[in-house]
Amino acid sequence: MGNKVLMKGNEAIAESAIRAGCRHYFGYPITPQTEVAAYMAKRMPKIGGTFLQAESEIAAINMVYGVAATGRRVMTSSSSPGVSLKQEGISYIAGSDLPALIVNVQRGGPGLGGIQPSQSDYFQATKGGGHGDYHLIVLAPSSVQEMADMTALAFDLADRYLMPVMLLADGTIGQMMEPVELPEAREPQFAEKDWAVTGTKGRREHHIVNSLYLVPEQLEQKNFERFERYARIEREEARFESFMMEDAEICVVAFGIAARVSKNAVMAARREGLKVGMIRPITLWPFPSAALAEAAKTVKGFLSVELSMGQMIEDVKLAVSCSRPVSLCRRTGGMIMSPDEVLAKIRETAGGNE
Amino acid sequence: MTTQILIAGFGGQGILFAGKFLANKGLLEGRQLSWLPSYGPEMRGGTANCSVVLSDEPIGSPIVNKPDVLIVMNLPSLDKYEKAVAPGGSVFVDSTLIERPVAREDVKTYYIPATKLAQQNGIPTLANMILLGKVMRESSFVSFEGIEDAVRSVVSAKHADLYEVNLKAIRLGYEYGA
Repeated sequence: MGNKVLMKGNEAIAESAIRAGCRHYFGYPITPQTEVAAYMAKRMPKIGGTFLQAESEIAAINMVYGVAATGRRVMTSSSSPGVSLKQEGISYIAGSDLPALIVNVQRGGPGLGGIQPSQSDYFQATKGGGHGDYHLIVLAPSSVQEMADMTALAFDLADRYLMPVMLLADGTIGQMMEPVELPEAREPQFAEKDWAVTGTKGRREHHIVNSLYLVPEQLEQKNFERFERYARIEREEARFESFMMEDAEICVVAFGIAARVSKNAVMAARREGLKVGMIRPITLWPFPSAALAEAAKTVKGFLSVELSMGQMIEDVKLAVSCSRPVSLCRRTGGMIMSPDEVLAKIRETAGGNE
Repeated sequence: MTTQILIAGFGGQGILFAGKFLANKGLLEGRQLSWLPSYGPEMRGGTANCSVVLSDEPIGSPIVNKPDVLIVMNLPSLDKYEKAVAPGGSVFVDSTLIERPVAREDVKTYYIPATKLAQQNGIPTLANMILLGKVMRESSFVSFEGIEDAVRSVVSAKHADLYEVNLKAIRLGYEYGA
């Protein structure tokens, strides 16, 4: 463990972003993601980067839009109510086919809600929180190590597919400390991006970054092209972790902190002789539907464990085409289920299928 | 082996710091670990708690629901968490600040007048570390050896002068009643 350091999840995001070559951060303070901004405020001025606390979330996301247009790695972070404010800007970035990282360290909602951990922005993140036909790639870290790794991955995916990527964490993963091995530092790359707006100095045609298409045929065509890219992402980028699924009769589906809690419950259920496993979606969009459809061939039932009233469960049902019963274990508003609560639901799910 | 530790008290008593010390000790010993603070509107005088899990295997939930080790520095925390302690677990009580005994009979209990000891020894803010010294004497989930390195990792360079007094506090607790 020689290279491991203790860090909060939020700090791991910030350090990993810098190591991934991000030199521009724009944000507005909100609990429980404040450490991301605090870390950036400390580090960015020392490495020639930009840290800017904007006058609002809306300003911050539009600053991200601006830097993204120049082809440089850029990010913002916020928590649920703040991310709602950013939705217009996110839609514009998606509509302009630009790479950017948006971090949402979720808290309970709706409205101003609370400040304790939640996963109730699942719909907003995965179904397009802003207007129009678009998707974000949505990554769901469940450890401090994944906060670091997925931040780096998010920048790479954003560049590869020219779209905004969201890191969908929660207050627990943001606030907790775990040993983390940070990814290697990479130089900020301003590699050939044949779309970036960098000033022509009269040497080439202008590049134009825009999301306005008044001719409907053109806009439709743009959306068709974008969705061809999305189809490729759905085929190639769905990620998940499979835990004790080999002989499982019950499949728990959970991400982020809910998956950490569920893991304890799965192990406790195994000690009782119940054949239980877990599929942990790592990408929430694209959702690992194929893995769940495959599991549906052998398991008797699914249990969706979420810190919301039940949002991901809809994708679980779609993935298995309702071929198996899907039950729900939920807490909301900043509450987190205990492993015992998940275990009770596992027993119920197992009993219901005898 | 997995040990779940819950430290609870008032904000300002160094609850999170005590947790950080254990986390760093675990890191130096090459263990798996997680450290999770309560966060929110707490401030000096409000309630604070901190979950630390140390294990030889990858850690599932970082949230301590059933502590094997409970360290409490005020009465509301004992009232709130006593029932949650795993049967056979240990409860460490700052007996200067908490007058009532632990009601549970299926747990091991240790009463340390940590706040009084801290005041008598001229380190009034370090009752937390005195308690940890006693915890290390009575349990084996981290070793006493190498505490110097762990203290060095948690005391920031800005406050290097606190290195010696933290060590002193841990040793006081370790020797208490021994």
